[in-house]
Amino acid sequence: MSRRQLIVLVVVIAAACALPFLVSNYRTFQFTLVLIYSVALLGLNILTGFNGQISLGHGAFYAIGAYCTAVLMDKFGVPYWATLPVAGAVCLVAGFLFGLPALRLEGLYLALATFALGVSLPQLLKYHQFEKWTGGVQGIVIPKPEAPFGLPLKPDQWLYFFTLAVTLVMFALAWNLLRGRVGRALVAIRDQHVAAEAMGVNNAIYKSLAFGVSAMYTGIAGALGAIAVQFVAPDSFNIFLSIVFLVGIVIGGLASISGAIYGALFIQFVPNIADEISKAAPWAIFGIFLIGFVYLMPLGVAGALRMAVARLGRKRHNF
Amino acid sequence: MKFKLVPIAALLAAALASPAALAQKKYDPGASDTEIRIGNTNPYSGPASAYGTIGKAIGAYFKMVNEEGGVKGRKINFISYDDGYSPPKTVEMVRKLVEQDNVLFVFQTLGTPSNTAIHKYMNMQKVPQMHVATGATKWNDPRNFPWTMGWQPNYQTEGRIYAQYILKHKPNAKIGILYQNDDYGKDYVKGLKDGLADKATMIVKEVSYEVTDPTVDSQIVQLQASGADTFFNVTTPKFAAQAIRKAYDTGWKPLHFLNNVSVQIGTVLKPAGLEKSVGLISTAYLKDPTDKEWANDPAVKKWEEFMKKYYPEGSLIDSANMYAYTVASTLHQVLKQAGDNLTRENIMKQAADLKGFAVDTLIPGIKMNTSAGDFAPIESVQLMKFNGTQWERFGEVIGK
Repeated sequence: MSRRQLIVLVVVIAAACALPFLVSNYRTFQFTLVLIYSVALLGLNILTGFNGQISLGHGAFYAIGAYCTAVLMDKFGVPYWATLPVAGAVCLVAGFLFGLPALRLEGLYLALATFALGVSLPQLLKYHQFEKWTGGVQGIVIPKPEAPFGLPLKPDQWLYFFTLAVTLVMFALAWNLLRGRVGRALVAIRDQHVAAEAMGVNNAIYKSLAFGVSAMYTGIAGALGAIAVQFVAPDSFNIFLSIVFLVGIVIGGLASISGAIYGALFIQFVPNIADEISKAAPWAIFGIFLIGFVYLMPLGVAGALRMAVARLGRKRHNF
Repeated sequence: MKFKLVPIAALLAAALASPAALAQKKYDPGASDTEIRIGNTNPYSGPASAYGTIGKAIGAYFKMVNEEGGVKGRKINFISYDDGYSPPKTVEMVRKLVEQDNVLFVFQTLGTPSNTAIHKYMNMQKVPQMHVATGATKWNDPRNFPWTMGWQPNYQTEGRIYAQYILKHKPNAKIGILYQNDDYGKDYVKGLKDGLADKATMIVKEVSYEVTDPTVDSQIVQLQASGADTFFNVTTPKFAAQAIRKAYDTGWKPLHFLNNVSVQIGTVLKPAGLEKSVGLISTAYLKDPTDKEWANDPAVKKWEEFMKKYYPEGSLIDSANMYAYTVASTLHQVLKQAGDNLTRENIMKQAADLKGFAVDTLIPGIKMNTSAGDFAPIESVQLMKFNGTQWERFGEVIGK
């Protein structure tokens, strides 16, 4: 990481820490959701952006993570922070196991298989054998965490900082994972899997692992989401959520770590703007935004920023 | 300068001279001399977007109120957001309404899961969650949730009304029940049992189904085999159609009660077979705009004019628009009662103080009554029977 990047990073983190003291509780809550979505998008980006496997079912892993947390808190009295590792581990295993058979499926066929997962999960959550834990269609209401150690923070502010800390850890881990051997292997498989194999990359293991890690990220995001919203129900995790995640990573920038944040900002705020512009056809307005972004920034927001910085650098050079 | 101060001083003097008038005007966030801000969420997009027309029709109703001068001179500012029937989105939007838009209260938030998601929040914030658009019974719990109130007849109330009918007309009935295994289904069964009271032994068989089940055929066969001669059918539209058809095809001819959730002719009775649906008994509380009996009814005519003027793109055969008009009229009454005391506490107090209030789009005889211990405005309905082409109401309005 260059010196300039480091400075930018420190400034961004400082700004993120100052944010909840500058805006209302409601806005703080919205930015908490942005952080949560960014973790989920980062997970999907590891799979789709870096490894080239398309998933239309990541909402399912988000739901599994959310339900892990809600069930553990509601039925077993586990404190909220302790549920995150469990949610992550469960999703890691679930993702890995789903990734194994999915190895045989390429491109669109994999997209369909994951779509099936995303469509079926909300109905499975309603299944009466699980109702004892899941609460069936009624879902589970969980309490809101208060700031510990007598910190002078409001619950929304505390939740924001808690989420911010988890987000930073998750991003640091992803950065570590993707810039080295593993990242190169994932990208090699995406670009030319035969050549990757010839170079000694074990395609099967890497692809399944990418699935597992990706699911883990999304699952942890789901767990954070459950804590922030204080409620889970099957209707919260319909197939649309999965599609919105895919929209988020494409808008933010495929195969870009920072892209996850831009994507999260987009999926959090643009639907609200669209709703304010038109009640009759909010999704038509959303569509216009979507086409506009794709047309103006074909490499996503992250790609466009990179290009802008590069152009600026060139100009300065010319002077 | 001196002259300019004179009128101000005069005003001040007048204000000081009438402390009583000042004391009467009390406001919480969202209310002022000129405005009352009301929040709402509706599914304008997503799987339940057919209900979105309710939010639009309510908006149109308040547009009419504002054009006619508002409520005691205050304009209604009805702020409605799309939640796509997704509970997390409802939480976000309702927080926006309460914390950013500073609404006085939220009104007609739609859906049982969506309202469950905000139930605790509203009661912690002490902001009224007024007249929610769902029939679950849990909204009538003033002791634990004093800031939440339902509106439509709830499922338990309806169950009790069928019980009253059975006790009166078929005191030796053997009742078989089919219900959906969730809060909604259990609410109905509880209502029926409460209504039967010590005669609950009349129930000879209870079977349930899951939303994930493909059919309810085997349940119907079980009920028939139990020797029941009265069938209480608590099912959602798809299963209702299956149950009606199967009960007819197996030659079981029970006295058949169908819950109000599934009385739609087009989506339930037609697929089941209209001839197989003859004799079904259910309930109604709103005037149905497609019912020929109301073709020349002044209230329905007034509603049609309202629709044409303020919501011309809305459907004149969709009873959801009738529902919206009626529930908005109820709130209108609550606001009139509240007068100049527009605090959240007083809004709840007035909403819990409807005494024999009737909207003319309700079936004649249905009146709303609420009190500090009773947060269920509509608790009476009229029975109706299907004659093969349409529902015919009969008997008197029953309930409280």
